[in-house]
Amino acid sequence: MGLFVAQLLTGLANAAALFLVASGLSLIFGVTRIVNFAHGSLYMLGAYFGVTLMNTLPGVFGFWTSILLSGLIVGVIGIAIEVCVLRPVYRAPELFQLVATFGVILVIQDLTLMVWGAEDRLGPRAPGLKSVVRILGEPVPQYDLALIAITPFILLALWWLIARTRVGVLVRAATQDREMVGALGVNQSWLFTGVFFLGSALAGLGGALQLPKGGADLLMDLNIISAVFVVVVIGGMGSIPGAFVASVLISVLNVFGVSYIPQSTLVLMYVVMAVVLLIRPYGLFGREEKAGEHGQVGEPDRPIRPAGTKGRLFVAALIAALALVPLVGENFTQVLITDIVIFCLFAASLQFMLSTGGLVSFGHAAYFGGGAYAAALLVTYADTPMELAFLFAPLAAGLLALIFGWFCIRLSGVYFAMLTLAFSQLVWSLVFQWYDVTGGDDGLVNIWPAEWLSGTTAYYYFTLIVGVGGIILLRQLAHAPFGYTLRATRDSARQAEATGINVKLVQWSAFAMAGAMAGLAGGLFVFSKGSIFPNELEIGKSFDALIVVFLGGVKTLSGGVVGAAFMESAKDWLTRLEYWRLILGLLIIGVVIIAPDGIVGTLRRVGERIGLLRTQEFMR
Amino acid sequence: MLEISALNSFYGKAHILNDLGFSVSKGEVVALLGRNGAGKTTTMKSIMQLVRPKSGKVQFNGQDITALPSHRIARLGLGYVPEERRIFSDLTILENLEVGRQPPRADAPAWTVDALFELFPNLFERRHNRGKAMSGGEQQMLTIARTLMGNPKLLLLDEPSEGIAPVIVEQMAETILRFKKEGLTVIISEQNLHFARIVADRAIIIESGEKKFDGSFSELEKQPEIRDAYLSV
Ligand SMILES: Nc1ncnc2c1ncn2[C@@H]1O[C@H](COP(=O)(O)OP(=O)(O)OP(=O)(O)O)[C@@H](O)[C@H]1O
Ligand SMILES: [Mg+2]
Repeated sequence: MGLFVAQLLTGLANAAALFLVASGLSLIFGVTRIVNFAHGSLYMLGAYFGVTLMNTLPGVFGFWTSILLSGLIVGVIGIAIEVCVLRPVYRAPELFQLVATFGVILVIQDLTLMVWGAEDRLGPRAPGLKSVVRILGEPVPQYDLALIAITPFILLALWWLIARTRVGVLVRAATQDREMVGALGVNQSWLFTGVFFLGSALAGLGGALQLPKGGADLLMDLNIISAVFVVVVIGGMGSIPGAFVASVLISVLNVFGVSYIPQSTLVLMYVVMAVVLLIRPYGLFGREEKAGEHGQVGEPDRPIRPAGTKGRLFVAALIAALALVPLVGENFTQVLITDIVIFCLFAASLQFMLSTGGLVSFGHAAYFGGGAYAAALLVTYADTPMELAFLFAPLAAGLLALIFGWFCIRLSGVYFAMLTLAFSQLVWSLVFQWYDVTGGDDGLVNIWPAEWLSGTTAYYYFTLIVGVGGIILLRQLAHAPFGYTLRATRDSARQAEATGINVKLVQWSAFAMAGAMAGLAGGLFVFSKGSIFPNELEIGKSFDALIVVFLGGVKTLSGGVVGAAFMESAKDWLTRLEYWRLILGLLIIGVVIIAPDGIVGTLRRVGERIGLLRTQEFMR
Repeated sequence: MLEISALNSFYGKAHILNDLGFSVSKGEVVALLGRNGAGKTTTMKSIMQLVRPKSGKVQFNGQDITALPSHRIARLGLGYVPEERRIFSDLTILENLEVGRQPPRADAPAWTVDALFELFPNLFERRHNRGKAMSGGEQQMLTIARTLMGNPKLLLLDEPSEGIAPVIVEQMAETILRFKKEGLTVIISEQNLHFARIVADRAIIIESGEKKFDGSFSELEKQPEIRDAYLSV
């Protein structure tokens, strides 16, 4: 009994920081409709500023002042982000805003590294609250009790602000219809900036407040962000009480999970999220979203066309040149190009569902890694011949996508994205924690191709044929009747439905197809490396794919391939630089703001302007 | 008071307003008439800069407002009541009014919550209810009241009589006449010629975003062919 209570209290104490970060994210989303992926970075900044301030300001007063100051500083940083990065892209489609916040993550990572160095910082203990209290015989840290006492007050203060003040009324009104709020004379820019300040400050507070229980390190941004997403999605995007309830739920679940089923704590969290989303798609306290409710209208997409003669010739020449590489290139070049082709196929598969289908998946790595693991498991446990195991990669990934897709396509927009993320994290955590089967962090090794493909050059040609074949197949599909139907469901699900299209079925098929092709890329990957590790399933991998599709050009067909080729080649020299994340982050933000058409879109526009290309006659 | 000249507005590539121009003087009630899709709503949105015109000019009391953000225009004293009402359904009636509240101005009637409840007694009874659970007529009253909280000098009413019960339409007509008495300038968009004739001093007929008629109702009476061509009676 004592132990039970002690664990419950630990869970409640852990919920404090999680709630602060989640409520900030939720608040920002509610008003601006932006899912701020960089929210974990603000939390991390809060922790670092907290450590520095606590080491400067002495005593009890200094400790609590440091926490408040950290919140304020991070709030101001939030304002800077809002004004410089997000303001220019409020009118852009959701995906652009998300990608911009990915860029912010990278920038903050490197800036933090520059300022505070790579070493982890231990959080100072809270003065006056350093000892433990015995509750039913079990020791409970005093600081935990303090956190448990503070959290309800923060909740209450937020509730009062939202429910009882004019600012709160405006915030709630803007959550529903920000254009109308503007037409009634309210300056939305200020409202947005204010909300961003508050949300960021809450994240900073959370980071500083958790210091005595943890510390500050460079991984804490991405570590917390997935938990925060789980919380926000379970609680309902935009709901503060929801964030509170879900934070407590997840934290308590985690504490008990650690002691009773230590192998599955991560899995547990994502299972809970998936179950909640299935029963209540908009979270426990969420409000149903109607598509287009917030009036985001972009320019109408240009119709896509099959490549013109020039385009075809160019692609044919490129493939021919690639086929000649082994005659002149070194091993290293071949390995690099193999990597590039695999990544291109992966990106193309995401682009297929994203651009043609309008299905923005945040968890596409699940199918890439899923296919790779399926093949690797077959080889490891069943001694399956490589050829057969390789065929299983797309099959298994397609099956996985079929299963997950069935759930995901019932949702749309941000909720769709979140559920895909949850499923991919589910797969990742399963692989990561099921050590006996998957090898956990150690991965699966010795997964080599068959004899006839074992040389670098042989595998190079194999990858080239399969990879390019896969990409062409996806392109053909986009130009086939299926592709047109899919685009119809993207542009207006309701109209498509009215013309007799089974929208869900079409989207489901596209989801499965994209998954299978990602699995094919995964199969190529695992046999080219001879091993597979859980990081191929991580959020980061899914983000990589999103970023290259975006860099290449969302509204094009070839954007993913071009972006992936550009990124994979650039990475080779970029990662040699010390602060490559900073450069990449700034590059991403720059593209979002200055050239939202991406590489392909911009090239096309420039080409049309100088008359090199006839309008709409580029390889798309 | 309001001067619109050579306005051209687009939705994507669709050209909606075609060199539209007219002016409204202080204290006037003007009815903007035209069939479904004629461009009445687009005109109002272009005045508020909720739709950004490609060319042309909107002047309010001599000031060019064509490039201003909507909230600045509202603060200058233009009150917009949208056709779709767009009330905040998660907010109570009192909170909806609060969103519209702006400081009073010297040269326009000043409204308070109490005065508005007197004008629309139905709203008072339900002041703590959320916007969700309201009838069409009540929603219409609420949007008007919400906009009046901003103490506008000029009121843009987009189809106030649409989709509400006949009794309420009559009340609505009286209300608009009262606004006129208080010195408010009003532009209403209407399809209902009968209603427009009761409340308005002047009619402007548009079709495909072009002005086809601008004059008093008695002049319009004398040209039934215009009425038949551009209005569905
Ligand atoms: N958001 C939009 N996107 C594209 N076209 C639009 C949009 N809104 C209106 N239109 C088109 O613009 C034209 C003018 O519309 P508008 O709403 O101004 O007409 P209206 O006179 O207000 O009609 P009603 O009496 O039905 O309200 C119509 O042909 C309509 O189809
Ligand atoms: Mg209209």
